[in-house]
Amino acid sequence: MSIAVYIAVMAGVTYLIRMIPFAFFRKKITSTFLRSFLYYIPYAVLAAMTIPAIFYSTGNYITAIAGTVMALVLAYFNLPLIVVALAASATAFITGLFL
Amino acid sequence: MTRSAFGKGLVHGIPIGLGYLSVSFGFGILAVKAGLSVLEASLVSLTNLTSAGQAAGVDVIAAGGSLLEMALVQFTINIRYALMALSLSQKLDSSFTFPHRLLAAYGITDEIFGVCASQEEPLRPSYMYGIISISTAGWVTGTFLGAAAGELLPPAVSSALGIVLYGMFLAIIVPPARRERSVLIVVAVAALLSIGCRYLLPWLSGGFAVILCAVAASVLGALLFPREEDAA
Repeated sequence: MSIAVYIAVMAGVTYLIRMIPFAFFRKKITSTFLRSFLYYIPYAVLAAMTIPAIFYSTGNYITAIAGTVMALVLAYFNLPLIVVALAASATAFITGLFL
Repeated sequence: MTRSAFGKGLVHGIPIGLGYLSVSFGFGILAVKAGLSVLEASLVSLTNLTSAGQAAGVDVIAAGGSLLEMALVQFTINIRYALMALSLSQKLDSSFTFPHRLLAAYGITDEIFGVCASQEEPLRPSYMYGIISISTAGWVTGTFLGAAAGELLPPAVSSALGIVLYGMFLAIIVPPARRERSVLIVVAVAALLSIGCRYLLPWLSGGFAVILCAVAASVLGALLFPREEDAA
């Protein structure tokens, strides 16, 4: 299948999700279940995407685990996204130098 | 007047654009590893402007998944934007006409939503365009550089950059999980299910595995820990 078709489907679905509520809806969602579900879904998605994939992300378990631990510690102390992301990568790189 | 709102948006968007620049560098590398060209990787970033959805979408492409799977993966991962869009739609200035809504909807991301939602005054289209343009510039430029330079970088550097996006995901998940036990449990359940899928159901494609794990964990969360009016 052509990659352009995949990209078109990705972009179309993503745009419609943003556009339909933004352009048409004025009322609030009242269902507590639905609101709760929508609140949890991004965290659940990110968790499922990250674990266990992060351990394969550098091609070496040891550097990946070192980067993961660094990210967890810095994120725990509420550091900005970009700091956590780059520190995880730097830690993986530095750990790799000693292997 | 319009120009100043645009300028204000640009300024408010600078940290977002810088953050996107470095994170999307990691996406560019992932995309090329998955078999996309530099141009295709940049096009994905320009047309989607979202991290998790793009990373998952590239996985679907690499695995040769179906278009239905692609649509479902994007829907599940990005459905949170519907809630953000809904929330923003209620604080728009009267100058935000329908065509402006169609255009600005393109740029509703977690970070842009965060900045817009925290504004005191009603949102003007030019303000949102300011934030969106600098953020998009950072996102697409970073992707292009990551995709193009992924080959030029020493392998030790490019493999270490493979973790950037996941590091950002952890930075999004951990603080709320620390604050709220309900989020912690949902996240832990999703992660355990994901590990289970990977090792016990290896034939299940990555995209569907993410959908199943996330939906199951979130339904559980919604049933066990229903949220009151504050969720947004």
